[in-house]
Amino acid sequence: MTADQRHGAEIDPATGYETTGHDWNGIRELNTPFPRIVIWALALTFLYSMIAWILLPAWPIGRDFTRGVLGLDQRQIAMQGYAALERGRDDWMAPFAAGNLDALAADPALMARAMPAAQRLFADNCAACHGTHGTGGPGFPDLTDANWLWGGSPDTIAETLRVGINSGHPDTRVSQMPAFGRDGMLSREAVQAVTDYVLALPGSAADAQSAGAQVFAENCVACHGENGNGGLGTGAPSLVGARWIYGGDRAKVLATIHGGRQGVMPSWAGRLSAAEINLLAVYVARLGANNQHAEAP
Amino acid sequence: MLRLHYNLERISMGLVAGIIVAASIGGLVEIAPLFTIDETVEVPADLRPHTPLELAGREIYIREGCYACHSQMIRSLADEIDRYGHYSLASESAYDHPMLWGSKRTGPDLARVGEKYSDVWHAAHLVNPRAVVPASIMPAYPWLAATPLDISTLSAQLATLARLGVPYSPERIANAAADALAQARPDGAGGAGFVARYGDRVAVRPFGGDPARLTEMDAVIAYLQSLGRLTTAPYVPQ
Repeated sequence: MTADQRHGAEIDPATGYETTGHDWNGIRELNTPFPRIVIWALALTFLYSMIAWILLPAWPIGRDFTRGVLGLDQRQIAMQGYAALERGRDDWMAPFAAGNLDALAADPALMARAMPAAQRLFADNCAACHGTHGTGGPGFPDLTDANWLWGGSPDTIAETLRVGINSGHPDTRVSQMPAFGRDGMLSREAVQAVTDYVLALPGSAADAQSAGAQVFAENCVACHGENGNGGLGTGAPSLVGARWIYGGDRAKVLATIHGGRQGVMPSWAGRLSAAEINLLAVYVARLGANNQHAEAP
Repeated sequence: MLRLHYNLERISMGLVAGIIVAASIGGLVEIAPLFTIDETVEVPADLRPHTPLELAGREIYIREGCYACHSQMIRSLADEIDRYGHYSLASESAYDHPMLWGSKRTGPDLARVGEKYSDVWHAAHLVNPRAVVPASIMPAYPWLAATPLDISTLSAQLATLARLGVPYSPERIANAAADALAQARPDGAGGAGFVARYGDRVAVRPFGGDPARLTEMDAVIAYLQSLGRLTTAPYVPQ
């Protein structure tokens, strides 16, 4: 017994399909059969899922789950893939784990292989604050100039990367510019006077007999040096020249002396491996030489 | 072909029963594993819940729709581990209700962003992302720094989460508002009580930069700096 015989539907002459048998004012609806290819696709998908249940981790059973015949584990696969990535870098990364950075930096063949990777590492981790080219910004030091707060040798930079500055690391470098004005250490007049003195530095141009010079000698030289040149390994920057971390116009310098500065460099120990830190240290030490365009004041 | 469907359609209650059976299979497969979730997710012994200030920041994170562009889920893929660190563990968000894993990444993943950048950077970046990352397409959120943080509902929020199994003791719930203030004021009066309740592993500092005011900026930065740092479990070799 065929379908059209069973409910008396007629066959549409144009398509050869039966109609539903209903008639709405002369309009009849085709009863088009479900496409075979979809039925087959559904059946194959179902079959695949049965096979997958057997081969792959699938069903939860209480605290455990069916492991599957192949015993695949996505976490293991990922960690193996990560280990393979590390092995692929090993021939040029391994020397950095051992240290002796000055010798490594003098090896042009090694630098040619390692520096492109260091650039990507810098972009992923350092560029957010120090900029893509390491030129810094307000509050974040320029890494391409000749001024270094803690020293610019690769080993010193590696140590700064490892422990950070004013970070949460137990061995962190500590550098605090006190809030001379806000905390009442200097009077308003003294802050104004020392601001003028700092702006007039270097010492040859500034008036050594002024009130500002006296305030400077009593409060600032311990960290910034007698001539304000910085570089004493205290984290205090040079106050001479056109380069400023927090801005060099009168209002910015006044704000720095009044409210203090406690810039934070996070510690990268734990987040980056020792070899990655050393690689970045060499990269950063070379930034100045590689960024001639940034040398203009 | 089978006439089952054809015949079923002619009995309306049979069709209803068929639909219910088919739909509930999908539901059961998704829901049934959750009945045993308390046993399958092993909560690390050192996992801490968010502090009230971080929790307030989390609410702002949700309110501003940060999750629409930032995931908090490092997937178990080699290149993700290479860029972001160890893949995320289910236990790391055991106290998150709701979790904010997400799957949409217009910006980077934030699961381990805690203490990666300084507070000052976060503040500058939230007020105007272009000020620190010139190529950024992230919207600016300058009102966070100007809006005082509403701490009046924090106790109720902690109490709600406590009912969901987050370890907020009655003492923590009662002091929620005071603890939110204390975490952003290192020299304030509530510091000792805060450390007693949440331990000395939690950062106490003026996250937004000004200890005299408690703003939404303090809360958001406190929350961001806590991401990936609630437990050491992923960092311990297994």
